Amino acid sequence: MDVAVFWVLAVLAVVGGVMVFRFDSMARATFSLLGSLLCVGGLVVLLGLDYLGIVIVLMMTIEMAIMAVFMVMYMMNPAGLMPMTMIHNKKGAAVVCGLVFALLAAGILLAPWPARRGKAPADPTMELGMSLMGPQMLTMMTLGMALFATIVATVVLATRRGRYDRFGDDLRARHADDPVRGGVGR
Amino acid sequence: MGERTSLWAVLVLPALLVGVALVTAGFDAVLAAGARRGRPGSLRETVARAVEPGRQVLRHLVQQPRRTRASDLPLARIGAGLLPVAAVLAAVVLPLGFRSVSDLPEGIVWFNAMEALAWAAVWLAGWGPNSTLSLIGGYRFLAQGLAYELPHMLAITTAALGAESLRVGEVVGAQAGLWFAVWMPVAFGIYLLSAMAMAFWGPFDQPAGRDVAGGAGAELSGADRVLFLGGRWLLLVVAAAFSVPLFLGGGHGPLLPGWAWTVLKTAAVLAFLVGVRRAIPTVRMERYLELAWVVLTPLAIVQALVVAVVVLNR
Repeated sequence: MDVAVFWVLAVLAVVGGVMVFRFDSMARATFSLLGSLLCVGGLVVLLGLDYLGIVIVLMMTIEMAIMAVFMVMYMMNPAGLMPMTMIHNKKGAAVVCGLVFALLAAGILLAPWPARRGKAPADPTMELGMSLMGPQMLTMMTLGMALFATIVATVVLATRRGRYDRFGDDLRARHADDPVRGGVGR
Repeated sequence: MGERTSLWAVLVLPALLVGVALVTAGFDAVLAAGARRGRPGSLRETVARAVEPGRQVLRHLVQQPRRTRASDLPLARIGAGLLPVAAVLAAVVLPLGFRSVSDLPEGIVWFNAMEALAWAAVWLAGWGPNSTLSLIGGYRFLAQGLAYELPHMLAITTAALGAESLRVGEVVGAQAGLWFAVWMPVAFGIYLLSAMAMAFWGPFDQPAGRDVAGGAGAELSGADRVLFLGGRWLLLVVAAAFSVPLFLGGGHGPLLPGWAWTVLKTAAVLAFLVGVRRAIPTVRMERYLELAWVVLTPLAIVQALVVAVVVLNR
């Protein structure tokens, strides 16, 4: 049963991945990639890592839905509605892909895989949490702060309007002057 | 807590959900008719109104389907079909009393992941027909999703935190003494808000708003339309029903058996949500977006902090 599920999911994941480059529609390419990623999430569940697999499904669905919007929005042709292709620089891409594939395949075949030591934990979610949040807590906190600072910095750099535009030159305006009125009493 | 049921429950679950959704839709139709006339109708009229959603379903099924020009039919079909599927898959971890179809160890994350599929579904259904109004509806739903998802995740995480488990059965078990709604009222309120937003319902029905001719589902007809609009009702029912094990003590209660309490509480939440739609006008998304980020998210974080401190000191 597990073997059958593995092959079905694996084949679907690969087919979905290939179709990303075959479709000529932005929306189809995006959602074919989503389908492929959902199959990968299923494969991770199959490995016994339920939590990670379900989180992959959760994160990838939201991410691809948002990405579809952004890709359609920022396409050069009108709203991404013209036929398009995901393939650019065909020869260079083919060479790079071939090399990476050869490298990964060689790694799989040549690496001395260790035999399993010990048994799988009864609760992999708990173990995952402990290994991330136990000894690595400081790393996680630093990483989180760095990511958050990046997001804030990017928004600050990207936005054209600053606080002086919103609250006047002496920052004394009682109400922010925003082009879009917000939902908290402004 | 959280025993597994036998295999037949897999078949019963969708039928049960559809039944509850039809009853809720009937209730809503009766309320709508009453509001239009300003007085409650006679018994016969009420019954006629209550069976109206069922008749609508049949009418759509026999109707000649419309097609738009240059539509991406497969995507629209996937979108319309995915909505009820996502709702039913999310309901797999819903306990009726203390038994669910599958009490997954990560049930709460599973529920969240399946409702995320609705994001993709509504956008696809909006994009597929190659129509402006439905596309606007799809985009609005994503904007709405961005606004509700973060406070929503924090709210359901708070319930998991209170029970120290992601298993829905254990969350129910942890509420034997005191319902989570009592000592996590903020999380409960945010959950109810996002439950409506998830089913683009009540004040959050902008993705299917009248100003865009029904929005995301505007161009769907025939069986596609039944799947899409029915899926929306299913989402509402599932989201409302999930608040019962999360915050309202699941099947816990005096005298009655567990399943009866679940049904009663779910019915109460559903009636509340249906009533809210009548009482509160539609919120514009850019306004709710700011409210969600500036008010609801910090509130949800503070609520989670309070619960975390209580749990650590227990």
